[in-house]
Amino acid sequence: MRWSCILTCATLLVAIAPSTHAADDLGDAEAGKVVFAKCKGCHQVGEGAENKIGPHLNGVFGRKAAGLDGFNYSKSLVRAGSSGLEWHADTLSAYIENPRSFASGTRMSFRGLNDPEDRANVIAYLRGFSDNPRDIPEADPTAKGTDHSIDPAILAIQGDPEYGAYLSSECTTCHQIEGGDEGIPSIVYWPDEDFVVAMHAYKDKQRPHPVMQMIAGRLSNDEIAALAAYFNNPE
Amino acid sequence: MTLNRRVFLGAAGVVAAGLSAPMVLAQGKPRVVVVGGGAGGATAARYIAKDSKGEIDVTLIEPSRTYYTCFFSNLYLGGFQELSDIAHSYGTLAANYGINVVHDWATGVDRDAKTVSLAGGGSVPYDKLILSPGIDFVDGAVEGWDLSAQNKMPHAYKAGSQTELLKAQIMAMPEGGTFAMVAPPNPYRCPPGPYERVSMVAHVLKANNPTAKIIVADPKPKFSKMALFQEGWGNNYEGMVDWIGEDFGGGIVSVNPDAMTVTIDGEETKVDVCNVIPAMKAGRIAEMAGVTDGNWAPVNAADMSSKADPDIYVLGDASQQGDMPKSGFSANSQAKVCANAVRGALTGSKVFPAKFSNTCWSLIDTDDGVKVGATYEATPEKIAKVDGFISQTGEDADLRKATYEESLGWYAGITSDMFG
Repeated sequence: MRWSCILTCATLLVAIAPSTHAADDLGDAEAGKVVFAKCKGCHQVGEGAENKIGPHLNGVFGRKAAGLDGFNYSKSLVRAGSSGLEWHADTLSAYIENPRSFASGTRMSFRGLNDPEDRANVIAYLRGFSDNPRDIPEADPTAKGTDHSIDPAILAIQGDPEYGAYLSSECTTCHQIEGGDEGIPSIVYWPDEDFVVAMHAYKDKQRPHPVMQMIAGRLSNDEIAALAAYFNNPE
Repeated sequence: MTLNRRVFLGAAGVVAAGLSAPMVLAQGKPRVVVVGGGAGGATAARYIAKDSKGEIDVTLIEPSRTYYTCFFSNLYLGGFQELSDIAHSYGTLAANYGINVVHDWATGVDRDAKTVSLAGGGSVPYDKLILSPGIDFVDGAVEGWDLSAQNKMPHAYKAGSQTELLKAQIMAMPEGGTFAMVAPPNPYRCPPGPYERVSMVAHVLKANNPTAKIIVADPKPKFSKMALFQEGWGNNYEGMVDWIGEDFGGGIVSVNPDAMTVTIDGEETKVDVCNVIPAMKAGRIAEMAGVTDGNWAPVNAADMSSKADPDIYVLGDASQQGDMPKSGFSANSQAKVCANAVRGALTGSKVFPAKFSNTCWSLIDTDDGVKVGATYEATPEKIAKVDGFISQTGEDADLRKATYEESLGWYAGITSDMFG
């Protein structure tokens, strides 16, 4: 049974991530080591690495999100892991690009790496600490990340809060406008950009969760902007 | 008639000038009356009152002071919720949203005079009327059963005292006794509901009365989330649940409430508890208002207005709208589309295009939650399904637990969306 899930998830990831990257499209691990300096304050990697402020990153490829025993993850990451999120080059890239928009409520207080090359490099560096790296493009940890940065034109859309207020009624069947977050995360008072990036990640099926993929899947760019404008400051 | 009265009051206002002016203003406000305080009605009343910011006078007619949600009432049967957890009152809607909450039965609708009459006497005028009365049962649907038998063979398909009664009967079953369910034909409220209930009864019996049996007589050949439920019954309650579908005579059923027997396809069985869930129809007020066609009230998908009367809207289980299942989530979703349209019609506020969605969570066993959902759009013919998903068989325990926890979050969300 577990296998069928893993296979389904793997199939999904393959299906959404272009698998044409040759091994030489991988980032530069040496350059990635330099980038990793930004991460070292919280994360250890390599021989003897332990959980510190953040979990250690040995063998992170293929691991379920929030998958290390003995580390106290945020509810948000536990929920993402339970919903099927696994760490692969593409999901790692999306996460470190903007951690809060990828996993609302994560305790990883890091603004994110905007530069796709930095992301590819640090992922290439981490790849050296995962088991059995194989230089084939389709398999972990070699499979390369897709670029998750969204079109600046989409981010620039000014949402109509009145339309957002109407659309929000579809959200508030589950997400409480007062911000309760038991079982279902809070979506109020997010910065607009984080909200838009997160919704597009669902729309493009990069963030796991069937309900959110379905709801976001039929929202237009303008509608997502309208919702961001409304939930940023409801009332 | 309403018009005449307004003209009269308006004229009086002019004559009496200042003093009576506020009354004239109050009388001049457009009036919405909502019948039924469940997922459709409470939501519609709250959204109209909230978004019109006092421009619309909203009256909510609901007989119960304490409302028990039908959704999650199975979890009470299974011991996962207290009855008080699913009880809600209308205090916030009255106090914080200025809704006139009238605890009475609506007994008739005069569509020419545009008034709703009340069992306690008097009537309430409306400009727009929203009916969200839920379901009633089709007379004679199950041979041998009528409402007078509901204390012996409860339906427990309107939550509250019926649910409590059914639970008490389950707890009082003799060792190795038999629980029977007569399942309803389509369409009915909460498609996975009877099967979640079977799961919850099995959960309770497994702990307290493990040799007890469950028989389900079902007039349908298949049911909502069938593969998921059957997998769960096999894994968690092996040998306990005997589901008799249409192919095996599950639709040929009669009951005898005095003798406590159920006869399925000619074979009579003595049972200890019998949960009869008869065929359903729109709550009676819809029929009395003359907006039903057959058992349900046809509506226009764009705004949930009745096909029989443009000033009446029908929400939730009672409506016949197309592809959406009859569920609390659906009613809540429809209510928001309707509220937006009604407000637009009465105050000229902007009306946005209809969008509908639904998700139904069900609990199979402890931390074993599953869900099914879809999005919908309004077409000229009906509410039509756009996209959907369903939990898969063989999912791992973490995902099922997350789904269950999500359902608890949803319950908190929708009830605060309904009752404020």
